[in-house]
Amino acid sequence: MRSSIRPGVDAIASKGWLLANKWLLARRFCQLSILTLFMLGPWFGIWIITGNLNSSLVLGTLPLTDPYVLIQSIVAGHTPATTAITGAIIVLLFYAVVSGRVFCSWVCPVNMITDFAHWLRERLGISGASMLPKDTRYWLLGASLLLTFSTGNVIWEIINPVSMLHRGLIFGMGLAWLILLAVFLFDLLISRRGWCGHLCPVGAFYSLLGSHSLIRIRADARARCNDCMDCFVVCPEQQVIRPALKGEPNNIGPVITSANCTNCGRCIDVCSKDVFHFGLRANNKTNQKIHVSNTNKHNNHSSGVEVL
Amino acid sequence: MRTTDQSAAPGSASRRRFILDSARTAGSVVLLSLGLGLYSRQSISLPAEAIRPPGALSEKDFLSACIRCGLCVRNCPYDTLDLSRLGDPVTTGTPYFIARNVPCEMCDDIPCVKACPTGALDHSLDNIDDARMGLAVLLDQETCLNFQGLRCDVCYRICPAINKAITLEHIANPRTGKHAMFIPTVHSDQCTGCGKCEHACVLEEAAIKVLPMHLAKGEIGGHYRWGWKEKEKAGGSLVTPDVPHQYNLPEGQSYDYESKGLLFDQQEGQK
Repeated sequence: MRSSIRPGVDAIASKGWLLANKWLLARRFCQLSILTLFMLGPWFGIWIITGNLNSSLVLGTLPLTDPYVLIQSIVAGHTPATTAITGAIIVLLFYAVVSGRVFCSWVCPVNMITDFAHWLRERLGISGASMLPKDTRYWLLGASLLLTFSTGNVIWEIINPVSMLHRGLIFGMGLAWLILLAVFLFDLLISRRGWCGHLCPVGAFYSLLGSHSLIRIRADARARCNDCMDCFVVCPEQQVIRPALKGEPNNIGPVITSANCTNCGRCIDVCSKDVFHFGLRANNKTNQKIHVSNTNKHNNHSSGVEVL
Repeated sequence: MRTTDQSAAPGSASRRRFILDSARTAGSVVLLSLGLGLYSRQSISLPAEAIRPPGALSEKDFLSACIRCGLCVRNCPYDTLDLSRLGDPVTTGTPYFIARNVPCEMCDDIPCVKACPTGALDHSLDNIDDARMGLAVLLDQETCLNFQGLRCDVCYRICPAINKAITLEHIANPRTGKHAMFIPTVHSDQCTGCGKCEHACVLEEAAIKVLPMHLAKGEIGGHYRWGWKEKEKAGGSLVTPDVPHQYNLPEGQSYDYESKGLLFDQQEGQK
């Protein structure tokens, strides 16, 4: 409807800048805090977390291991020691509850690069639909495991931009910045949300991991939607919103159930009508009428006009 | 007729598009996989001077077991270990050290092995003397000072397993004709491959270097037996003794084939 105006303008006008960027700021804070915790050791000798995102040790006791890299190691033919398995189970349980792709939006350092690429892409008005299907990442996930099996090497790790960046920051970058530059340029010039939204098998793995997660974004107040499209514009996985937001006539509940939703909360930020909020997966019924009375529910198509 | 045509056309068109899209995705993934697979084959070659930490599994197993976390590197108290960066000649993200720069100090508690979450560094290694990171080889006799008859002995003295992993073997010095040469000799049953000898070698380019086991060590054929060892095991000769040979010797002489050689019949001479 208002594609020329930047998304979130209405939200800033109605809620104020801080509330209209609440989750984005929280997310950046979380990403940078985790990165800082890892960097405190190499920079200042304060070893709270050692290692990197592939496997780390918190305060010398709690092991954390990326389940995807451990599965690759197992597929490659290795039987891991208990520390790695314990660490992977802890991470698995955590993301199974909070949604797998919380890793992508709240932890992964590449997210800041691809978000920046996307921001710049919008600013420069670079358009053009992606030729890549969204499920390419699952193909890549499968291919990475198949290749790992056939080569006996933890294969994705030889190019994985996620660990390249994280390991690079902690242990030294080498030429890894070239891979990250490639990801940045790919997202900027070639494909909208190309890497995180189409290709990254790490994200695909975490999608599958969080496909039954407890914490989800809900559009309980969807009747208030004024079709401004802001949530759709900012969403890194645009296809996940529509079923929940516009599903009422088709008897689809208000919970964004797609495992591809990264729980980034940007839709909550930019919605001037406060349609979205973080909630639980449970109670996903069609006839939920939270915040909205029966009478103006039928007027929701014109309500946007009324407010404007 | 028209209605059936209309209903059939979109169906087949969307099916066509679906097949085409799937084929396109599959095709690009296959292409990428091919590239990745080929690149990985190239990237697993480990240069001879890069040594894995103590307890590392064989290179092939190591690459499947190591999850590139760098915890071993962090736990090394001497900053010996380095985590390979993209562009380094070692598989990216895996730990290694270059002995000539920083050798392994062979900590008693082997913290690098303890830190490994997956067992890529074998946790059953509990005595650092049992580590086999590689094998020191005195590669260049033409520049090794001891081989010139000098008493450098630095590799021998610096070796943590002094007089066991490297011994000095005396041989005559053919140049002077009257002195001894003390030849540093590495023993593979004791050498851990820590690289202190290579690090300490006083030459511009070390004459003694730690090499990966497969480059440093020969291996006899599975069918091959050392005759003298078999003889010792059996407690005697394994072959039937030869029939005493009839030598065409002068009167009073005989030949003992087994050991004594040519014999003169002493008794007859005395008579």
